[in-house]
Amino acid sequence: MKHYLLQKLFSLFLVLFGISLAAFVLGILTPGNPAELALSKGGYSPTPEQIKEIEIEMGLDVPYPVQYVKWLNRVLHGDLGTSYASSRPVRQELIERIPITLKLGSCAMVVTCINGILIGCIAAAFRGKGIDKIVQLGINISLSLPAFWFALLLILFFSESLGWLPTSGNGGIRFLIMPTTVLALPASATAARLMRSSLLAEFGKPYYLAAIARGTNRFEQIIKNALPNAIVPVIALMGNTLGGLLGGSVIVETIFALPGIGSYAIEAIYGRDYPALQGYVLVTGCVYVLVSLLVDGISLLLDPKVRVGRRRL
Amino acid sequence: MKKSDFQMKIAITLLSFIILSGLLAPWLAPYDPNEIHMAVRLQGPSKEYLFGTDALGRDMLSRILYGGRASILLALIATTLSMTLGMIIGVCAGYFTGVCDIVLTVVTQIFQGIPGTCLMIAIAGILGPGMNHLLLALVVTSWAGFSRIVRTETLRIREQPYMEGLRALGAGTSTLLLKHLIPNMLPNVVVLFTTRVGRSVLSIASLSYLGLGLQPPHPDWSVMISDARLHYRSAPHLIIVPGLCMFTLLFAINLLGDALRDRMDVREEEVKEW
Repeated sequence: MKHYLLQKLFSLFLVLFGISLAAFVLGILTPGNPAELALSKGGYSPTPEQIKEIEIEMGLDVPYPVQYVKWLNRVLHGDLGTSYASSRPVRQELIERIPITLKLGSCAMVVTCINGILIGCIAAAFRGKGIDKIVQLGINISLSLPAFWFALLLILFFSESLGWLPTSGNGGIRFLIMPTTVLALPASATAARLMRSSLLAEFGKPYYLAAIARGTNRFEQIIKNALPNAIVPVIALMGNTLGGLLGGSVIVETIFALPGIGSYAIEAIYGRDYPALQGYVLVTGCVYVLVSLLVDGISLLLDPKVRVGRRRL
Repeated sequence: MKKSDFQMKIAITLLSFIILSGLLAPWLAPYDPNEIHMAVRLQGPSKEYLFGTDALGRDMLSRILYGGRASILLALIATTLSMTLGMIIGVCAGYFTGVCDIVLTVVTQIFQGIPGTCLMIAIAGILGPGMNHLLLALVVTSWAGFSRIVRTETLRIREQPYMEGLRALGAGTSTLLLKHLIPNMLPNVVVLFTTRVGRSVLSIASLSYLGLGLQPPHPDWSVMISDARLHYRSAPHLIIVPGLCMFTLLFAINLLGDALRDRMDVREEEVKEW
């Protein structure tokens, strides 16, 4: 157990280092001179002397490793730089936008959990029957729908034709229905598929046969006996799901005009606002790592087998 | 067995239809896909223009026929590249244990710990449009998934009795790896390749929709959908037809992946570890 936790802590540290490195390298890869970009706002073209001055001020005149250490030091103190577009601290802008993405993400996560577990259980319970086949087809369809196309179709149908839901914008729960649906659809399908195969694997095990032999009813067998074991990999999957949701939120927020961090990233790209994009990579990376850690903790609490199984790796 | 055969047939039929129409596009297309006719813009389907015309009066049918070529080709290249990279690293990590394994596993873990889609969008966004940049963004964010699975497989095959027998017979490392270890991994690799091609198609489509992948006026399904953002409310055919094509392509690939997985009896791990 102790060994496992230490190993986990070590890889956590490594991954965080990797994320910071990725964000820093993205900054280096930017085409053009960052000093020039920072200065040339509103059509102003700076002189070479001014650029030189700013370069020194921004610390761009020293080798990359030194720049990285200095940059990391600033980031660890909570300074993510200043946005070129708005001249405001990136940290401030991200803090204002995170709640919307968080709200959207958690809605999608809840929907994914409920749908995935429920549909997976139903499909497994009726294995090989009509319902199972329909579910499998549905899963394949859900995984083949490009998110942006599905979102536009929803708008076309529910907003334009029926007029039931608002097209875009940020407001109450009605504004979140379509974005959540688009985000949760492929995630639910993946979760349901895993739930189904995981349950089917449990059905062949001796303890399950014993439960059948005891004469308990089918509902009890599945919910009480098989589900607690079968759900462990599904919970472990939720960490991955979050990565998908964070990525998907870029498209969904752009289409439904939600001012979260996903649309912030796109605005940053279109506006060549590199500090903002760096901040986005850092924040999403850290959120992802922390939630993965949380998910790992939950599966550890739920299933003692996990830590034994993983130690062998 | 029967079911996967049936699935396989449907998938192969759909895929060959899509690929053939893409290959034969120059001969099948009734118009030049980039020819602008402002006089006939935003027309619905008619005898002259089977799928109607877009906001610049370009023939939708011709653009649809050309529309899958670039993304399918790019997805195949990107998947092959990231698979080659992932396989080299995975085999090395699994076969040459010790320091090599630790270093490579750590690097893989770092790449897996970063949320892929976010990084992909950031890389494609920072480097700007261009085929090479698109490929780079895809490969950087997807090789680690291959590497981890290949490493696990290598570890498993390495310990098989026949490998030991070959080693006892004096087979060299390169013979062992190239002639015995990698061919034994092939079923897994084929299934993995199929599902990942689907994912690459989807990634390229998303990037192109966001304006970070293939660029207008290139005739591509997702670029067409992206172009139609201002007009789709009045002319839904502008997004419905290209979307259906993309959906059919992805559906066929997913179906093929499922059928292959059933037939070759491999289980792809859904959960990644970091």
